[in-house]
Amino acid sequence: MPKNKKGDYMKNQIEIKFKSLPENEAFARTCVSAFCLQLNPTLDEIGDIKTAVSEAVTNCVVHAYPNKVGEITMLLSREQDQIHISIKDSGVGIENIEEALTPFYTTKPDEERSGMGFTVMDSFMDSLVVKHNGAKGLIVEMTKRIENKQAV
Amino acid sequence: MQIKTKVHNNSLYVLLIGELDEANAPYVRNHLDQVIETEKGFNKVIVDLSQLDFMDSTGIGVMLGRYKKLQSRNIPIYIINPSRQAEKIFQMAGLYDIMPKIS
Repeated sequence: MPKNKKGDYMKNQIEIKFKSLPENEAFARTCVSAFCLQLNPTLDEIGDIKTAVSEAVTNCVVHAYPNKVGEITMLLSREQDQIHISIKDSGVGIENIEEALTPFYTTKPDEERSGMGFTVMDSFMDSLVVKHNGAKGLIVEMTKRIENKQAV
Repeated sequence: MQIKTKVHNNSLYVLLIGELDEANAPYVRNHLDQVIETEKGFNKVIVDLSQLDFMDSTGIGVMLGRYKKLQSRNIPIYIINPSRQAEKIFQMAGLYDIMPKIS
């Protein structure tokens, strides 16, 4: 990977916008796993990141835009050995974020929702921040360090 | 997503192939419910997860839903050969407490 004058790896960043359709979950997973390849991750690390991204995108599809198709913005960036992922929507938002983060909490139990989405993101990634996207929607930010033993 | 099923020795074997997420959940849910309703001659369900390449929390909901349906008929579910990814999700959600892993 290219380095800057200080000898640090250059930051890399990709932004993708897509519609809140269920079939785009697999697309988002494939994008993030392709982006992570530059850090030479293990299969476990890739699996964790793909799962976390799938959860965040599913939330947008199911909850942010319940009765319409909206837009999802996924920002992927790499700084040194860290992968940062931000997934943003302009949907209905969540009034009480803290409550939504509770394991097994779901607003749609009748649809066989497990209420484990945020719990999966939190446990599979190193950090998870969920915040309001202004007056409309949500921003989910996650990071994971890729424990790369081989220098690229 | 592909599902293969067969009844053998009083067990309904289910092989899930592919990626179980929000996009595929309705198909898996409907297909399994139909098989559970129409197949005869089984008193337990054995789900083979060796070829389930991906599963997220939507899949947890799908499995819990089938578990509840079968529980009302006193039919237990067992899991065999979970892929690495499925294993992690099952462990995290505590699903093995109600649908034990057998070898």
